[in-house]
Amino acid sequence: MSVESAGRFHPRRRSRALAGPVFAAACLLATLTGVLALAVLTLAVVAAAASDGGLIDLLHRLAVNPQSGDPARAGFRVGIVGSAWLLALTALIGIPTGVGAGVFLEEYMPAGRLKGAIQTNIANLAGVPSVVYGILGLAVFARAFGVSGLALGPSLLAGALTLSLLILPTIVVTTQEALRTVPPSLRHAAMALGATRWQVVAGHVLPSALPGILTGTILGLSRVVGETAPLLMVGAAGSLLRPPRGPMDRYSALPVEIYNYAKEPDPAFQAVTAGGILILVALLLSMNAVAIVIRDRFRRRR
Amino acid sequence: MSATLAPPPAAASDASADEPALQTRALRVWYGASLALRDVDLDVPRHRITALIGPSGCGKSTLLRCFNRMNDLVPDARVEGDVRFDGVSIVGPKVDAVTLRRRVGMVFQKPNPFPKSIYNNIAWGARINGYRGDMDELVERSLRRAALWDEVREKLHRSGLDLSGGQQQRLCIARTLAVEPEVILMDEPCSALDPISTARVEDLMEDLKDDYTIVIVTHNMQQARRVSDVTACLMPDVEAGGGRRTGVLVEVSPTDVLFTNPVDPRTEAYITGRVG
Ligand SMILES: Nc1ncnc2c1ncn2[C@@H]1O[C@H](COP(=O)(O)OP(=O)(O)OP(=O)(O)O)[C@@H](O)[C@H]1O
Ligand SMILES: [Mg+2]
Repeated sequence: MSVESAGRFHPRRRSRALAGPVFAAACLLATLTGVLALAVLTLAVVAAAASDGGLIDLLHRLAVNPQSGDPARAGFRVGIVGSAWLLALTALIGIPTGVGAGVFLEEYMPAGRLKGAIQTNIANLAGVPSVVYGILGLAVFARAFGVSGLALGPSLLAGALTLSLLILPTIVVTTQEALRTVPPSLRHAAMALGATRWQVVAGHVLPSALPGILTGTILGLSRVVGETAPLLMVGAAGSLLRPPRGPMDRYSALPVEIYNYAKEPDPAFQAVTAGGILILVALLLSMNAVAIVIRDRFRRRR
Repeated sequence: MSATLAPPPAAASDASADEPALQTRALRVWYGASLALRDVDLDVPRHRITALIGPSGCGKSTLLRCFNRMNDLVPDARVEGDVRFDGVSIVGPKVDAVTLRRRVGMVFQKPNPFPKSIYNNIAWGARINGYRGDMDELVERSLRRAALWDEVREKLHRSGLDLSGGQQQRLCIARTLAVEPEVILMDEPCSALDPISTARVEDLMEDLKDDYTIVIVTHNMQQARRVSDVTACLMPDVEAGGGRRTGVLVEVSPTDVLFTNPVDPRTEAYITGRVG
Protein backbone atom coordinates (compact mmCIF):
# COMPACT_ATOMS: atom_id res chain seq x y z
CA MET A 1 0.00 0.00 0.00
CA SER A 2 1.72 3.09 -1.20
CA VAL A 3 -0.73 5.48 0.47
CA GLU A 4 0.01 3.92 3.85
CA SER A 5 2.60 6.03 5.62
CA ALA A 6 4.48 4.89 8.65
CA GLY A 7 5.03 7.16 11.58
CA ARG A 8 2.95 8.54 14.38
CA PHE A 9 -0.44 7.70 12.87
CA HIS A 10 -1.81 4.22 13.41
CA PRO A 11 -4.88 4.23 11.21
CA ARG A 12 -6.14 0.73 12.16
CA ARG A 13 -8.17 0.74 8.97
CA ARG A 14 -9.13 -2.91 9.31
CA SER A 15 -10.92 -2.60 12.67
CA ARG A 16 -12.38 0.79 11.80
CA ALA A 17 -13.76 -0.62 8.57
CA LEU A 18 -15.34 -3.41 10.60
CA ALA A 19 -16.92 -1.17 13.24
CA GLY A 20 -19.37 0.45 10.82
CA PRO A 21 -21.06 -2.69 9.47
CA VAL A 22 -21.16 -4.31 12.93
CA PHE A 23 -22.94 -1.29 14.33
CA ALA A 24 -25.31 -1.15 11.36
CA ALA A 25 -26.14 -4.85 11.80
CA ALA A 26 -26.87 -4.32 15.50
CA CYS A 27 -29.21 -1.47 14.65
CA LEU A 28 -30.93 -3.54 11.98
CA LEU A 29 -31.50 -6.28 14.55
CA ALA A 30 -33.02 -3.75 16.93
CA THR A 31 -35.31 -2.50 14.17
CA LEU A 32 -36.42 -5.99 13.27
CA THR A 33 -37.29 -6.81 16.89
CA GLY A 34 -40.17 -4.38 16.79
CA VAL A 35 -41.34 -5.34 13.32
CA LEU A 36 -41.09 -9.07 14.05
CA ALA A 37 -42.92 -8.78 17.35
CA LEU A 38 -45.73 -6.88 15.69
CA ALA A 39 -45.93 -9.35 12.81
CA VAL A 40 -46.01 -12.37 15.15
CA LEU A 41 -48.67 -10.72 17.29
CA THR A 42 -50.84 -9.84 14.32
CA LEU A 43 -50.50 -13.32 12.90
CA ALA A 44 -51.42 -14.91 16.22
CA VAL A 45 -54.44 -12.66 16.60
CA VAL A 46 -55.57 -13.22 13.03
CA ALA A 47 -55.15 -16.97 13.47
CA ALA A 48 -57.16 -16.92 16.70
CA ALA A 49 -59.88 -14.85 15.10
CA ALA A 50 -59.97 -17.02 11.99
CA SER A 51 -60.17 -20.24 14.02
CA ASP A 52 -63.85 -19.49 14.31
CA GLY A 53 -64.48 -19.60 10.57
CA GLY A 54 -64.41 -16.69 8.13
CA LEU A 55 -62.44 -13.71 9.39
CA ILE A 56 -64.53 -11.12 7.52
CA ASP A 57 -67.77 -12.66 8.79
CA LEU A 58 -66.45 -12.64 12.32
CA LEU A 59 -65.37 -8.98 12.18
CA HIS A 60 -68.69 -7.98 10.71
CA ARG A 61 -70.58 -9.83 13.44
CA LEU A 62 -68.39 -8.34 16.15
CA ALA A 63 -68.96 -4.84 14.85
CA VAL A 64 -72.76 -5.03 14.83
CA ASN A 65 -73.60 -7.24 17.83
CA PRO A 66 -73.79 -5.94 21.37
CA GLN A 67 -72.26 -7.70 24.32
CA SER A 68 -73.40 -11.25 24.96
CA GLY A 69 -72.58 -14.25 27.12
CA ASP A 70 -72.85 -16.44 24.04
CA PRO A 71 -69.59 -16.38 22.05
CA ALA A 72 -71.50 -17.00 18.83
CA ARG A 73 -73.49 -13.80 19.29
CA ALA A 74 -71.05 -11.62 21.20
CA GLY A 75 -69.91 -8.31 19.71
CA PHE A 76 -68.46 -4.89 20.40
CA ARG A 77 -71.09 -2.51 19.06
CA VAL A 78 -71.67 -0.78 22.39
CA GLY A 79 -67.96 -0.44 23.01
CA ILE A 80 -67.20 0.89 19.53
CA VAL A 81 -69.93 3.53 19.80
CA GLY A 82 -68.75 4.35 23.33
CA SER A 83 -65.16 4.76 22.19
CA ALA A 84 -66.27 7.00 19.32
CA TRP A 85 -68.16 9.18 21.80
CA LEU A 86 -65.15 9.28 24.12
CA LEU A 87 -62.90 10.25 21.23
CA ALA A 88 -65.15 13.07 20.08
CA LEU A 89 -65.77 14.47 23.56
CA THR A 90 -62.14 14.22 24.55
CA ALA A 91 -61.08 15.96 21.36
CA LEU A 92 -63.63 18.69 22.03
CA ILE A 93 -62.41 19.22 25.58
CA GLY A 94 -58.75 18.30 25.37
CA ILE A 95 -57.61 19.96 22.14
CA PRO A 96 -58.72 23.54 22.87
CA THR A 97 -57.47 23.30 26.45
CA GLY A 98 -54.13 21.76 25.53
CA VAL A 99 -53.43 23.98 22.53
CA GLY A 100 -54.53 27.03 24.50
CA ALA A 101 -52.23 26.17 27.37
CA GLY A 102 -49.35 25.55 24.97
CA VAL A 103 -49.89 28.88 23.20
CA PHE A 104 -50.12 30.74 26.50
CA LEU A 105 -46.97 29.19 27.92
CA GLU A 106 -44.95 29.66 24.76
CA GLU A 107 -46.20 32.96 23.42
CA TYR A 108 -47.48 34.97 26.33
CA MET A 109 -45.99 33.85 29.60
CA PRO A 110 -42.76 35.64 30.50
CA ALA A 111 -39.88 33.36 31.37
CA GLY A 112 -39.51 33.04 35.10
CA ARG A 113 -39.80 30.82 38.09
CA LEU A 114 -43.55 30.36 37.77
CA LYS A 115 -43.26 29.30 34.15
CA GLY A 116 -40.47 26.90 35.06
CA ALA A 117 -42.60 25.38 37.78
CA ILE A 118 -45.55 24.92 35.44
CA GLN A 119 -43.34 23.42 32.75
CA THR A 120 -41.83 20.92 35.15
CA ASN A 121 -45.24 20.06 36.44
CA ILE A 122 -46.56 19.37 32.94
CA ALA A 123 -43.53 17.29 32.06
CA ASN A 124 -44.12 15.24 35.20
CA LEU A 125 -47.82 14.82 34.46
CA ALA A 126 -46.87 13.22 31.14
CA GLY A 127 -45.17 10.45 33.11
CA VAL A 128 -47.98 9.75 35.59
CA PRO A 129 -49.47 6.27 35.11
CA SER A 130 -52.93 6.28 33.60
CA VAL A 131 -54.54 4.50 36.58
CA VAL A 132 -53.70 7.52 38.66
CA TYR A 133 -55.67 9.67 36.25
CA GLY A 134 -58.49 7.20 36.73
CA ILE A 135 -58.42 7.71 40.50
CA LEU A 136 -58.27 11.46 39.99
CA GLY A 137 -61.17 11.37 37.56
CA LEU A 138 -63.18 9.24 39.95
CA ALA A 139 -62.70 11.67 42.83
CA VAL A 140 -63.08 14.88 40.86
CA PHE A 141 -65.52 14.20 38.04
CA ALA A 142 -67.47 11.06 38.88
CA ARG A 143 -67.94 11.85 42.58
CA ALA A 144 -67.15 15.60 42.64
CA PHE A 145 -65.72 15.12 46.16
CA GLY A 146 -69.14 14.00 47.28
CA VAL A 147 -70.98 17.13 46.16
CA SER A 148 -74.03 15.36 44.79
CA GLY A 149 -75.21 18.09 42.41
CA LEU A 150 -71.90 18.17 40.56
CA ALA A 151 -71.06 14.48 40.50
CA LEU A 152 -71.18 13.12 36.96
CA GLY A 153 -71.34 9.49 38.00
CA PRO A 154 -70.28 6.77 35.58
CA SER A 155 -71.14 8.95 32.57
CA LEU A 156 -69.42 9.47 29.23
CA LEU A 157 -68.62 13.02 30.25
CA ALA A 158 -66.74 11.89 33.36
CA GLY A 159 -64.75 9.46 31.21
CA ALA A 160 -63.99 12.06 28.56
CA LEU A 161 -62.91 14.63 31.15
CA THR A 162 -60.58 12.08 32.72
CA LEU A 163 -59.07 11.15 29.35
CA SER A 164 -58.71 14.84 28.50
CA LEU A 165 -56.56 15.28 31.58
CA LEU A 166 -54.58 12.25 30.52
CA ILE A 167 -53.69 13.59 27.09
CA LEU A 168 -53.37 17.22 28.14
CA PRO A 169 -49.61 17.10 28.88
CA THR A 170 -48.91 15.50 25.50
CA ILE A 171 -50.89 18.15 23.66
CA VAL A 172 -49.39 21.02 25.63
CA VAL A 173 -45.85 19.81 25.05
CA THR A 174 -46.27 19.08 21.32
CA THR A 175 -47.96 22.45 20.85
CA GLN A 176 -45.07 24.20 22.53
CA GLU A 177 -42.55 22.27 20.49
CA ALA A 178 -44.37 23.08 17.27
CA LEU A 179 -44.52 26.76 18.18
CA ARG A 180 -40.82 26.78 18.93
CA THR A 181 -40.01 25.63 15.39
CA VAL A 182 -41.58 28.78 13.92
CA PRO A 183 -38.60 30.94 12.91
CA PRO A 184 -38.19 34.25 14.79
CA SER A 185 -37.77 36.04 11.46
CA LEU A 186 -41.42 35.32 10.70
CA ARG A 187 -42.55 36.86 13.99
CA HIS A 188 -40.30 39.84 13.45
CA ALA A 189 -41.65 40.41 9.96
CA ALA A 190 -45.20 40.47 11.26
CA MET A 191 -44.34 42.60 14.30
CA ALA A 192 -42.56 45.14 12.11
CA LEU A 193 -45.77 45.71 10.15
CA GLY A 194 -47.57 46.82 13.28
CA ALA A 195 -49.21 43.53 14.22
CA THR A 196 -50.32 42.93 17.78
CA ARG A 197 -49.12 39.81 19.49
CA TRP A 198 -52.45 38.12 18.93
CA GLN A 199 -52.34 38.98 15.21
CA VAL A 200 -48.85 37.54 14.93
CA VAL A 201 -49.90 34.36 16.70
CA ALA A 202 -53.18 33.91 14.85
CA GLY A 203 -51.94 35.02 11.44
CA HIS A 204 -48.55 33.36 11.23
CA VAL A 205 -47.34 31.43 14.21
CA LEU A 206 -50.30 29.10 14.65
CA PRO A 207 -50.75 28.36 10.92
CA SER A 208 -47.04 27.56 10.64
CA ALA A 209 -47.13 25.36 13.71
CA LEU A 210 -50.43 23.68 12.83
CA PRO A 211 -49.07 20.53 11.14
CA GLY A 212 -46.92 19.81 14.18
CA ILE A 213 -49.75 20.54 16.58
CA LEU A 214 -52.17 18.34 14.65
CA THR A 215 -49.80 15.41 14.41
CA GLY A 216 -49.09 15.50 18.12
CA THR A 217 -52.74 15.93 18.92
CA ILE A 218 -53.91 13.02 16.82
CA LEU A 219 -51.24 10.77 18.27
CA GLY A 220 -52.40 11.90 21.72
CA LEU A 221 -55.98 11.14 20.81
CA SER A 222 -55.13 7.64 19.68
CA ARG A 223 -54.22 6.97 23.29
CA VAL A 224 -57.83 7.77 24.16
CA VAL A 225 -59.00 4.89 22.01
CA GLY A 226 -56.67 2.41 23.65
CA GLU A 227 -56.79 3.41 27.32
CA THR A 228 -58.52 0.92 29.58
CA ALA A 229 -57.38 1.37 33.16
CA PRO A 230 -58.65 4.91 33.84
CA LEU A 231 -62.01 4.06 32.29
CA LEU A 232 -62.39 1.08 34.60
CA MET A 233 -61.76 3.46 37.48
CA VAL A 234 -64.32 6.06 36.44
CA GLY A 235 -66.95 3.45 35.77
CA ALA A 236 -67.10 2.37 32.16
CA ALA A 237 -69.53 -0.50 32.33
CA GLY A 238 -68.41 -3.98 31.38
CA SER A 239 -71.73 -5.19 30.08
CA LEU A 240 -74.13 -2.78 28.52
CA LEU A 241 -76.63 -3.76 25.89
CA ARG A 242 -77.30 -0.45 24.28
CA PRO A 243 -74.88 2.25 23.15
CA PRO A 244 -74.92 5.65 24.92
CA ARG A 245 -77.28 8.32 23.60
CA GLY A 246 -75.68 11.39 25.11
CA PRO A 247 -72.75 12.67 27.16
CA MET A 248 -74.52 11.97 30.46
CA ASP A 249 -75.36 8.39 29.51
CA ARG A 250 -73.67 5.28 30.81
CA TYR A 251 -71.19 3.77 28.39
CA SER A 252 -68.65 1.11 27.67
CA ALA A 253 -65.49 1.32 25.60
CA LEU A 254 -63.87 -1.02 23.09
CA PRO A 255 -60.77 -1.86 25.16
CA VAL A 256 -62.89 -2.37 28.27
CA GLU A 257 -65.07 -4.90 26.43
CA ILE A 258 -61.99 -6.64 25.04
CA TYR A 259 -60.68 -6.90 28.59
CA ASN A 260 -63.98 -8.42 29.76
CA TYR A 261 -64.16 -10.98 26.95
CA ALA A 262 -60.54 -11.92 27.61
CA LYS A 263 -61.50 -12.85 31.16
CA GLU A 264 -64.18 -15.32 29.99
CA PRO A 265 -63.14 -18.93 30.70
CA ASP A 266 -64.85 -20.37 27.61
CA PRO A 267 -62.12 -20.83 24.94
CA ALA A 268 -64.68 -19.91 22.28
CA PHE A 269 -64.26 -16.32 23.44
CA GLN A 270 -60.64 -16.29 22.29
CA ALA A 271 -61.72 -15.58 18.73
CA VAL A 272 -64.01 -12.81 19.94
CA THR A 273 -61.21 -11.20 21.94
CA ALA A 274 -58.78 -11.49 19.04
CA GLY A 275 -61.33 -9.95 16.67
CA GLY A 276 -61.83 -7.05 19.07
CA ILE A 277 -58.09 -6.49 19.20
CA LEU A 278 -57.97 -6.41 15.41
CA ILE A 279 -60.72 -3.77 15.32
CA LEU A 280 -58.87 -1.71 17.93
CA VAL A 281 -55.54 -1.95 16.12
CA ALA A 282 -57.18 -1.05 12.81
CA LEU A 283 -58.69 2.02 14.46
CA LEU A 284 -55.35 3.11 15.92
CA LEU A 285 -53.49 2.56 12.66
CA SER A 286 -56.02 4.57 10.71
CA MET A 287 -55.73 7.43 13.19
CA ASN A 288 -51.97 7.42 12.79
CA ALA A 289 -52.42 7.34 9.03
CA VAL A 290 -54.65 10.40 9.23
CA ALA A 291 -51.96 12.15 11.27
CA ILE A 292 -49.38 11.38 8.61
CA VAL A 293 -51.61 12.53 5.77
CA ILE A 294 -52.37 15.81 7.53
CA ARG A 295 -48.72 16.45 8.20
CA ASP A 296 -47.72 15.75 4.61
CA ARG A 297 -50.49 17.86 3.15
CA PHE A 298 -49.51 20.86 5.24
CA ARG A 299 -45.85 20.34 4.55
CA ARG A 300 -46.42 20.35 0.83
CA ARG A 301 -48.46 23.52 1.01
CA ARG A 302 -45.56 25.51 2.37
CA MET B 1 -49.12 56.25 -9.27
CA SER B 2 -46.30 56.91 -6.89
CA ALA B 3 -47.74 60.18 -5.67
CA THR B 4 -50.72 58.38 -4.17
CA LEU B 5 -48.75 56.03 -1.99
CA ALA B 6 -48.40 57.42 1.48
CA PRO B 7 -47.48 60.98 0.99
CA PRO B 8 -46.78 62.11 4.54
CA PRO B 9 -49.70 63.98 6.04
CA ALA B 10 -49.67 67.49 4.60
CA ALA B 11 -49.93 69.10 8.01
CA ALA B 12 -46.91 67.27 9.31
CA SER B 13 -44.76 68.07 6.32
CA ASP B 14 -45.27 71.82 6.22
CA ALA B 15 -45.25 72.30 9.95
CA SER B 16 -41.98 70.46 10.39
CA ALA B 17 -40.26 70.08 7.05
CA ASP B 18 -36.97 70.98 8.61
CA GLU B 19 -37.47 69.08 11.81
CA PRO B 20 -35.64 65.74 11.84
CA ALA B 21 -37.92 62.76 11.38
CA LEU B 22 -36.06 60.82 14.05
CA GLN B 23 -33.84 62.01 16.86
CA THR B 24 -31.94 60.31 19.62
CA ARG B 25 -30.66 62.07 22.70
CA ALA B 26 -28.21 60.55 25.19
CA LEU B 27 -29.33 57.17 23.98
CA ARG B 28 -27.92 54.16 25.75
CA VAL B 29 -28.87 50.57 25.12
CA TRP B 30 -28.01 47.74 27.47
CA TYR B 31 -28.24 44.03 26.84
CA GLY B 32 -28.36 42.67 30.35
CA ALA B 33 -25.24 44.01 32.04
CA SER B 34 -23.37 44.94 28.89
CA LEU B 35 -23.66 48.36 27.33
CA ALA B 36 -24.11 48.09 23.56
CA LEU B 37 -24.58 51.75 22.67
CA ARG B 38 -23.50 54.84 24.58
CA ASP B 39 -24.60 58.46 24.38
CA VAL B 40 -25.87 58.53 20.84
CA ASP B 41 -27.19 61.91 19.67
CA LEU B 42 -28.37 61.54 16.13
CA ASP B 43 -30.75 63.51 13.91
CA VAL B 44 -32.24 61.66 10.95
CA PRO B 45 -33.41 64.18 8.35
CA ARG B 46 -36.82 63.86 6.79
CA HIS B 47 -37.10 62.53 3.23
CA ARG B 48 -33.43 61.73 3.03
CA ILE B 49 -31.50 58.50 3.05
CA THR B 50 -29.33 58.15 6.11
CA ALA B 51 -26.68 55.46 6.13
CA LEU B 52 -25.35 53.88 9.31
CA ILE B 53 -21.86 52.48 8.88
CA GLY B 54 -19.33 50.99 11.25
CA PRO B 55 -17.57 47.74 12.04
CA SER B 56 -19.43 44.62 13.04
CA GLY B 57 -20.85 44.63 16.55
CA CYS B 58 -20.73 48.39 17.05
CA GLY B 59 -24.48 48.61 17.53
CA LYS B 60 -25.90 49.64 14.16
CA SER B 61 -28.74 47.14 14.26
CA THR B 62 -29.32 47.97 17.91
CA LEU B 63 -29.70 51.65 17.04
CA LEU B 64 -32.00 50.87 14.14
CA ARG B 65 -34.24 48.74 16.36
CA CYS B 66 -34.66 51.68 18.75
CA PHE B 67 -36.57 53.51 16.05
CA ASN B 68 -39.36 50.96 15.82
CA ARG B 69 -39.07 49.47 19.28
CA MET B 70 -38.02 46.05 18.02
CA ASN B 71 -35.63 45.95 20.97
CA ASP B 72 -38.75 45.29 23.03
CA LEU B 73 -38.62 41.76 21.68
CA VAL B 74 -35.20 41.14 23.22
CA PRO B 75 -36.03 40.10 26.78
CA ASP B 76 -33.10 41.74 28.56
CA ALA B 77 -32.62 44.81 26.38
CA ARG B 78 -32.94 48.17 28.15
CA VAL B 79 -33.11 51.58 26.50
CA GLU B 80 -32.16 54.78 28.32
CA GLY B 81 -32.26 58.34 27.06
CA ASP B 82 -34.68 59.64 24.49
CA VAL B 83 -35.73 58.69 20.98
CA ARG B 84 -38.15 61.00 19.20
CA PHE B 85 -40.25 60.45 16.13
CA ASP B 86 -41.75 63.63 14.68
CA GLY B 87 -40.69 65.35 17.86
CA VAL B 88 -42.59 62.92 20.10
CA SER B 89 -40.78 60.62 22.48
CA ILE B 90 -41.15 56.96 21.62
CA VAL B 91 -39.40 55.36 24.59
CA GLY B 92 -41.13 54.14 27.69
CA PRO B 93 -44.09 51.91 28.40
CA LYS B 94 -46.73 54.52 27.55
CA VAL B 95 -45.89 54.51 23.86
CA ASP B 96 -47.96 52.18 21.71
CA ALA B 97 -45.24 50.23 19.92
CA VAL B 98 -47.77 48.54 17.63
CA THR B 99 -48.96 51.84 16.19
CA LEU B 100 -45.39 53.08 15.95
CA ARG B 101 -44.30 50.05 13.94
CA ARG B 102 -46.88 50.67 11.28
CA ARG B 103 -45.52 54.19 10.84
CA VAL B 104 -41.88 53.10 11.02
CA GLY B 105 -41.45 50.08 8.79
CA MET B 106 -38.51 47.72 8.71
CA VAL B 107 -36.80 45.61 6.06
CA PHE B 108 -34.56 42.88 7.40
CA GLN B 109 -31.15 41.61 6.41
CA LYS B 110 -32.40 38.24 5.26
CA PRO B 111 -35.51 38.37 3.06
CA ASN B 112 -38.32 37.03 5.22
CA PRO B 113 -41.53 36.83 3.20
CA PHE B 114 -44.49 35.12 4.86
CA PRO B 115 -45.14 31.54 3.76
CA LYS B 116 -48.20 32.84 1.95
CA SER B 117 -49.04 33.91 -1.58
CA ILE B 118 -47.40 37.00 -3.01
CA TYR B 119 -50.77 38.71 -2.87
CA ASN B 120 -51.32 37.88 0.78
CA ASN B 121 -47.79 38.86 1.70
CA ILE B 122 -48.79 42.38 0.79
CA ALA B 123 -52.41 42.26 1.86
CA TRP B 124 -51.87 40.85 5.34
CA GLY B 125 -50.22 43.90 6.83
CA ALA B 126 -52.82 46.20 5.34
CA ARG B 127 -55.64 44.00 6.55
CA ILE B 128 -54.46 43.75 10.15
CA ASN B 129 -54.10 47.50 10.23
CA GLY B 130 -57.71 47.90 9.21
CA TYR B 131 -57.22 48.92 5.57
CA ARG B 132 -60.64 49.57 4.01
CA GLY B 133 -59.72 50.46 0.44
CA ASP B 134 -59.46 48.35 -2.69
CA MET B 135 -57.05 45.57 -1.79
CA ASP B 136 -56.23 44.53 -5.37
CA GLU B 137 -55.28 48.07 -6.15
CA LEU B 138 -53.12 48.38 -3.04
CA VAL B 139 -51.29 45.16 -3.88
CA GLU B 140 -50.58 46.30 -7.42
CA ARG B 141 -49.53 49.77 -6.32
CA SER B 142 -47.16 48.43 -3.67
CA LEU B 143 -45.61 45.89 -6.03
CA ARG B 144 -45.16 48.51 -8.73
CA ARG B 145 -43.58 50.86 -6.24
CA ALA B 146 -41.17 48.11 -5.24
CA ALA B 147 -40.33 47.48 -8.91
CA LEU B 148 -41.58 43.92 -8.68
CA TRP B 149 -44.95 44.10 -10.41
CA ASP B 150 -43.81 43.13 -13.90
CA GLU B 151 -42.04 40.05 -12.60
CA VAL B 152 -44.92 38.71 -10.52
CA ARG B 153 -48.13 40.04 -12.07
CA GLU B 154 -48.87 36.63 -13.59
CA LYS B 155 -48.35 34.70 -10.38
CA LEU B 156 -49.77 36.71 -7.55
CA HIS B 157 -51.20 33.59 -5.98
CA ARG B 158 -47.98 31.64 -5.94
CA SER B 159 -46.04 31.42 -2.71
CA GLY B 160 -43.78 34.32 -1.88
CA LEU B 161 -41.12 31.74 -1.02
CA ASP B 162 -40.92 30.64 -4.67
CA LEU B 163 -39.28 33.94 -5.63
CA SER B 164 -35.55 34.52 -5.93
CA GLY B 165 -33.72 36.16 -3.04
CA GLY B 166 -33.68 39.56 -4.72
CA GLN B 167 -37.34 39.31 -5.61
CA GLN B 168 -38.14 38.23 -2.07
CA GLN B 169 -36.39 41.28 -0.68
CA ARG B 170 -38.36 43.56 -2.98
CA LEU B 171 -41.51 41.72 -1.91
CA CYS B 172 -40.59 42.52 1.69
CA ILE B 173 -40.14 46.16 0.71
CA ALA B 174 -43.50 46.13 -1.07
CA ARG B 175 -45.08 44.59 2.03
CA THR B 176 -43.64 47.39 4.13
CA LEU B 177 -44.86 50.05 1.68
CA ALA B 178 -48.37 48.61 1.74
CA VAL B 179 -49.00 49.74 5.31
CA GLU B 180 -48.00 53.28 4.29
CA PRO B 181 -45.24 54.01 6.78
CA GLU B 182 -43.43 57.32 7.02
CA VAL B 183 -40.00 55.89 7.78
CA ILE B 184 -38.38 52.75 6.39
CA LEU B 185 -35.56 51.14 8.34
CA MET B 186 -33.34 48.79 6.37
CA ASP B 187 -30.83 46.55 8.08
CA GLU B 188 -28.28 45.49 5.47
CA PRO B 189 -31.07 44.89 2.94
CA CYS B 190 -28.69 43.91 0.15
CA SER B 191 -26.23 41.70 1.98
CA ALA B 192 -27.93 38.53 0.72
CA LEU B 193 -28.35 39.82 -2.82
CA ASP B 194 -26.31 39.68 -6.02
CA PRO B 195 -25.07 42.92 -7.63
CA ILE B 196 -27.97 43.18 -10.05
CA SER B 197 -30.61 42.79 -7.36
CA THR B 198 -28.62 45.18 -5.19
CA ALA B 199 -28.67 47.79 -7.94
CA ARG B 200 -32.43 47.40 -8.27
CA VAL B 201 -32.98 47.86 -4.55
CA GLU B 202 -30.71 50.90 -4.58
CA ASP B 203 -32.63 52.44 -7.47
CA LEU B 204 -35.78 51.75 -5.57
CA MET B 205 -34.51 53.56 -2.48
CA GLU B 206 -33.56 56.54 -4.58
CA ASP B 207 -37.08 56.54 -5.95
CA LEU B 208 -38.70 56.19 -2.53
CA LYS B 209 -36.90 58.97 -0.75
CA ASP B 210 -39.21 61.67 -2.06
CA ASP B 211 -41.96 60.20 0.06
CA TYR B 212 -40.17 58.37 2.83
CA THR B 213 -37.43 58.85 5.34
CA ILE B 214 -35.01 55.98 4.95
CA VAL B 215 -32.36 54.71 7.35
CA ILE B 216 -30.10 52.01 5.99
CA VAL B 217 -27.40 49.98 7.73
CA THR B 218 -24.71 48.87 5.35
CA HIS B 219 -21.26 47.35 5.40
CA ASN B 220 -20.71 48.42 1.85
CA MET B 221 -18.95 51.80 1.65
CA GLN B 222 -19.73 52.14 -2.04
CA GLN B 223 -23.39 51.56 -1.32
CA ALA B 224 -23.41 54.18 1.42
CA ARG B 225 -21.75 56.63 -0.97
CA ARG B 226 -24.08 55.81 -3.82
CA VAL B 227 -27.41 55.99 -2.08
CA SER B 228 -27.24 58.05 1.08
CA ASP B 229 -27.47 61.78 1.68
CA VAL B 230 -26.21 61.63 5.24
CA THR B 231 -23.87 59.09 6.80
CA ALA B 232 -23.46 58.28 10.46
CA CYS B 233 -20.38 56.37 11.52
CA LEU B 234 -20.47 54.25 14.66
CA MET B 235 -17.41 52.74 16.30
CA PRO B 236 -16.70 50.49 19.22
CA ASP B 237 -15.44 52.60 22.09
CA VAL B 238 -11.71 52.10 22.49
CA GLU B 239 -11.73 53.21 26.12
CA ALA B 240 -14.26 50.66 27.26
CA GLY B 241 -11.60 47.92 27.23
CA GLY B 242 -11.99 44.48 28.70
CA GLY B 243 -13.32 42.99 25.48
CA ARG B 244 -16.49 45.10 25.78
CA ARG B 245 -17.77 46.47 22.52
CA THR B 246 -19.74 49.55 23.45
CA GLY B 247 -20.74 51.46 20.35
CA VAL B 248 -20.45 55.22 20.11
CA LEU B 249 -21.44 57.60 17.35
CA VAL B 250 -18.24 59.21 16.12
CA GLU B 251 -19.40 61.30 13.19
CA VAL B 252 -22.49 62.38 11.28
CA SER B 253 -22.02 64.37 8.09
CA PRO B 254 -23.42 64.76 4.62
CA THR B 255 -22.24 61.69 2.78
CA ASP B 256 -19.95 63.44 0.31
CA VAL B 257 -18.26 65.30 3.15
CA LEU B 258 -17.87 62.23 5.32
CA PHE B 259 -16.26 60.21 2.59
CA THR B 260 -13.98 62.93 1.22
CA ASN B 261 -13.19 64.92 4.28
CA PRO B 262 -13.91 63.02 7.49
CA VAL B 263 -13.50 65.02 10.65
CA ASP B 264 -12.85 62.17 13.03
CA PRO B 265 -9.65 60.15 12.58
CA ARG B 266 -11.58 56.95 13.49
CA THR B 267 -14.00 57.56 10.62
CA GLU B 268 -11.13 58.06 8.25
CA ALA B 269 -9.42 54.91 9.43
CA TYR B 270 -12.63 52.95 8.97
CA ILE B 271 -13.62 54.20 5.52
CA THR B 272 -10.14 53.75 4.18
CA GLY B 273 -10.16 50.18 5.42
CA ARG B 274 -7.57 50.44 8.15
CA VAL B 275 -10.02 49.49 10.92
CA GLY B 276 -12.92 47.13 11.17
N1 LIG C 1 -30.20 40.06 21.46
C1 LIG C 1 -29.03 40.41 21.99
N2 LIG C 1 -28.67 39.98 23.22
C2 LIG C 1 -27.49 40.32 23.77
N3 LIG C 1 -26.58 41.06 23.15
C3 LIG C 1 -26.86 41.52 21.91
C4 LIG C 1 -28.09 41.22 21.28
N4 LIG C 1 -28.10 41.79 20.05
C5 LIG C 1 -26.91 42.43 19.95
N5 LIG C 1 -26.16 42.27 21.06
C6 LIG C 1 -24.83 42.84 21.29
O1 LIG C 1 -24.87 44.22 21.07
C7 LIG C 1 -23.74 44.64 20.32
C8 LIG C 1 -24.20 45.36 19.07
O2 LIG C 1 -24.87 44.45 18.24
P1 LIG C 1 -25.54 44.86 16.87
O3 LIG C 1 -26.24 43.69 16.34
O4 LIG C 1 -26.31 46.10 17.07
O5 LIG C 1 -24.25 45.18 15.99
P2 LIG C 1 -24.17 45.59 14.47
O6 LIG C 1 -23.41 46.85 14.40
O7 LIG C 1 -25.48 45.54 13.83
O8 LIG C 1 -23.24 44.44 13.91
P3 LIG C 1 -23.28 43.76 12.46
O9 LIG C 1 -22.65 44.74 11.55
O10 LIG C 1 -22.41 42.56 12.63
O11 LIG C 1 -24.69 43.44 12.14
C9 LIG C 1 -22.92 43.41 20.03
O12 LIG C 1 -21.85 43.39 20.93
C10 LIG C 1 -23.85 42.26 20.30
O13 LIG C 1 -23.14 41.19 20.86
MG1 LIG D 1 -26.47 44.26 12.38
